[in-house]
Amino acid sequence: MNRLLTWLFGRLPIGWLQLSHSRTRLIAAVAGVAFANLLVFMQLGIMGALNNSTVAPYALIDGDIILSSSEGNTLTDSGNIARAYMFQALGVAGVASGIPLYIGNLPLTLADGSSISLLSFGVDISQTQFVAPVIAPALAGLALENTVLLDKDTRSMPAEALASLATGSSFTFEANGKTLTAVGSMAVGGGFLADGMMVTSDQTFLRFFGSRRSGAPDHILLRVVDGVSSATVVDRLRAELPAGIVKVQTMPEARAADLAFMATERPTGIIFGFGVFMGILVGLVIVYQVLSTDVADHLREYATFKAMGYDQPFFLGIVFEEALILAVFGFIPGLIVSMGLYAGLNVVTGLPVVMDSARAALVFVGTLAACSASGAIATRRLAAADPADLF
Amino acid sequence: MGGAAPIVAQGLNHYFGLGEARKQAIWDLNLTIKRGTLTILMGPSGSGKTTVLTLMGCLRDVQEGRVDLLGHPLRGATEAELVQLRRRLGFIFQAHNLHESLTAAQNVLMGLQVHGAGDAVKQRHAAAHMLGLLGLADRMDYLPANLSGGQKQRVAVARALVSNPEVIFADEPTAALDKESGRVVVDMLKTLGQTRGTTTVMVTHDNRIMDLADRIITLEEGRVVKDTNP
Repeated sequence: MNRLLTWLFGRLPIGWLQLSHSRTRLIAAVAGVAFANLLVFMQLGIMGALNNSTVAPYALIDGDIILSSSEGNTLTDSGNIARAYMFQALGVAGVASGIPLYIGNLPLTLADGSSISLLSFGVDISQTQFVAPVIAPALAGLALENTVLLDKDTRSMPAEALASLATGSSFTFEANGKTLTAVGSMAVGGGFLADGMMVTSDQTFLRFFGSRRSGAPDHILLRVVDGVSSATVVDRLRAELPAGIVKVQTMPEARAADLAFMATERPTGIIFGFGVFMGILVGLVIVYQVLSTDVADHLREYATFKAMGYDQPFFLGIVFEEALILAVFGFIPGLIVSMGLYAGLNVVTGLPVVMDSARAALVFVGTLAACSASGAIATRRLAAADPADLF
Repeated sequence: MGGAAPIVAQGLNHYFGLGEARKQAIWDLNLTIKRGTLTILMGPSGSGKTTVLTLMGCLRDVQEGRVDLLGHPLRGATEAELVQLRRRLGFIFQAHNLHESLTAAQNVLMGLQVHGAGDAVKQRHAAAHMLGLLGLADRMDYLPANLSGGQKQRVAVARALVSNPEVIFADEPTAALDKESGRVVVDMLKTLGQTRGTTTVMVTHDNRIMDLADRIITLEEGRVVKDTNP
């Protein structure tokens, strides 16, 4: 380690030597940084799960443009839009086809008495271009009344149901006092809104959700003519449709808007964002305490180095060296423990809490930045190192 | 030794405190220290000898009068200029001030690396050679906590001398050493003066080494009361 750091810095690694000299302090500091990393990772993990579960339903549907009620917030938290706008949109140049999309939350009581809910999508099964390619071939099987495609990653789903679906058999269950038969499956998983998902024909959907009307879907999905830009068609639709009633977005725009809404306007997004901030703050305070104490403990040595002719950049280098070492040493255990907790949380809740390299890199860079910021604050104490006091 | 005097003080006054608590510590000091000499500053506690040492060693701001060190006026010098000057000096402190996290060899290396990274192998050899001269060849990899008081002081001497400074400022460098070790150190300083022209200014009360001094200056209440060439 000494040789590596000497080679890296082109001088004795004073910061590392100081830190490693006080093992107890080093362990406490690394544990502190790791804990702060853990806090941030957990908040980001849950926030990521929230984001993932927010956009997960988009994995089931397909289309170029989505028309929604301007009062709606997200794909699953939408108002109703008049189906008449679909017909109006079909008359706009560049629009090739469209379907109404119905979304509802179907409560389901399991055999053991527990309840789960399924986020249900009702689609026109004759137009497979509006669902994800992986489920498009199975749509034909939904022509029969009361048949559904069931999410095999649904939380608390009975093992026998999953076994039936895995072998290609059907599985029958009761919901809303009616019998449904799962004739196929897909894998999406539960989220914050529901325990799993279900796709059915619009006819079956309307039968199960008695209060819903075919003329008032949740969204309208549109396909544009091959070779025509979605953005161009969006502009035309916005000019054609009443802006105060209909929101016109491309699918990527809708997905991004959903994420932004959850992050900035939903209390959950704000709470988790605040949690990340608190984690960073804890890390800053811990590293500052360690570094400032270390500077205070070595003032006499620093004053000696000043007398010898070492300049301010040298001392800043020592403090930043310590900050970077703490950042790296704290990040590694923080990452490992976080991955373990992610896996545990995933098993217990079924939430899509997963560690990805982008998040790990983001937290690592954030840790480096936070530790450097703490180091920068701690360097103020260096001014107290006066070589004249040595005599 | 000839050549320009490395240290010249003229009309030097120095004060501590502010307002009514302001107290003058040095009174109209005029000194010229010749190159290659070993000068001892003596005097009772509070006589101002340490203040003079820190003023000449550019560790304290010159308030009134003039101090020229190695041809550079210290009054009004920028921090960058002072840093460059300090790199041409060697300091030996009474309380050795070794870095507790560094081994003896690493502490000595710090005296070299202030001039830049340089050739690491050569630097290590120079540090080892200097420690060997001071009888610490077998203690190079020891941390200060595992060295005796005398050994620590010798490491501090090695750190000060390893970069061949032009002027050495020492504060009671032999206080923690036995007579033999103390003479080895002061003999070394004396030899450096004779062979390389290194100038040494030393505060000491150690009567065992007075015979090695080229000049003994006695201060009392901030004034020179005696200046002899034994």
